[in-house]
Amino acid sequence: MSSANSPVLHWEDTPVPCLEGDTALEALLRAGIAIPHSCRAGACQSCLVQAKSGAVPAAAQQGLKDSLRAQNYLLACLCRPEQDLTLAPPGQGVRIPAFLTEADWLSDSVLRVRLAASEPLGHRPGQYLTLFRPDGLGRSYSIAGDDLELHVRRIPGGAMSNWLAEAQPGDAVTIQGPAGDCFYTPGDPTQPMLLAGAGTGLAPLFGILRDALRQGHQGPIWLYHGALNERGLYLTTELQAMAAEYPNFAYRPALLDRDGPLPELISRDHPKLNGWRGFVCGDPTIVNMLRKRLFLGGMASRAISADAFLPATLK
Amino acid sequence: MPTLYEQLGGAPAVEAAVDLFYRKVLLDDRINGFFEGVDMDRQIAKQKSFLTMVFGGPVSYSGQDMRRAHAHLVARGLNDGHFDAVVENLGASLAELGVAAELINEVAALAETTRADVLGK
Repeated sequence: MSSANSPVLHWEDTPVPCLEGDTALEALLRAGIAIPHSCRAGACQSCLVQAKSGAVPAAAQQGLKDSLRAQNYLLACLCRPEQDLTLAPPGQGVRIPAFLTEADWLSDSVLRVRLAASEPLGHRPGQYLTLFRPDGLGRSYSIAGDDLELHVRRIPGGAMSNWLAEAQPGDAVTIQGPAGDCFYTPGDPTQPMLLAGAGTGLAPLFGILRDALRQGHQGPIWLYHGALNERGLYLTTELQAMAAEYPNFAYRPALLDRDGPLPELISRDHPKLNGWRGFVCGDPTIVNMLRKRLFLGGMASRAISADAFLPATLK
Repeated sequence: MPTLYEQLGGAPAVEAAVDLFYRKVLLDDRINGFFEGVDMDRQIAKQKSFLTMVFGGPVSYSGQDMRRAHAHLVARGLNDGHFDAVVENLGASLAELGVAAELINEVAALAETTRADVLGK
């Protein structure tokens, strides 16, 4: 590569001098940009960044999950720019105005909220957005479909959930996103998939399920929705109808008081998960238990996507 | 003369070994208590760094790095027996992947060089 044709590297809007043979990480650090980094060998993935424009060298995506590759994530330490490239910190997406179009109760405690945005968010079902009400209070919610469908658990005393429960169609909000790497990527359409979550962890899973079916996924898809008891389930009619329509889809409501803990139930149904793909969503405790169970069952770590809902504003 | 890392197969070999190794570690009751409640994705990334290092690959953590990273585990009782168990799981994983015994010995010897720092001695 001659220096006359050296590629131009940008960090957001700032041009970064890139010497011949430099990795993007070396160039960025030399320019005084504080990129988190550790091993400098593509193993620790600390220096994950997102390409906003330009060609991503294939070597820079070594070892990344498909969902990260699909969003143009790369490892700065493995990236030797071949062409002009603009990099940025791992994405938080854009912030755009939106308004509430519809809200209805899916159960005693789960409110379905639909939003319309002033421009497309460019999300994939299963990713999440942060919703801000006019006074600036923000909460993150997973996106349950192609449209901006959210499942909001009403929390006693919860500032946002109670506000949404009282909100009217047309009420203005701001949304920021999309974020998260828990979504369907086509890959092998015959690969068996296991989707498991509890509570409103169903929201991203419902989005991923519909996305996979729409994209023609042919392999078996098992959806486990965990709840303490019947009252914790929702969308049961819709999911049963989908199971009747799609022979490769199995819906498995899992009640703690009837079926025991969800990870054990999954192990009983599927003692061997080698070659499967998994999605786990819900509160961090259940997500960690499920993720570990799928991994110990033989699922490859790279084939497991997890989204743990944090109780506070930040995800 | 190819390096140990090259003989083992480089980054793809790390990729192939990491799940096998970490699964063994999580199933090993002698040591899995140290991994309770840790974030699995982050832990897998750390294990990849560790494997790259003991494969003789391009990761170089200093002794100080290793001490800092394990100090909280030493405080919880991490000892020589635990270290031996990790090396044993590492050897078993490589054997399962068909790596020759003399290369496994070289990997174990590299892992051995981190013992004092990992255990804060």
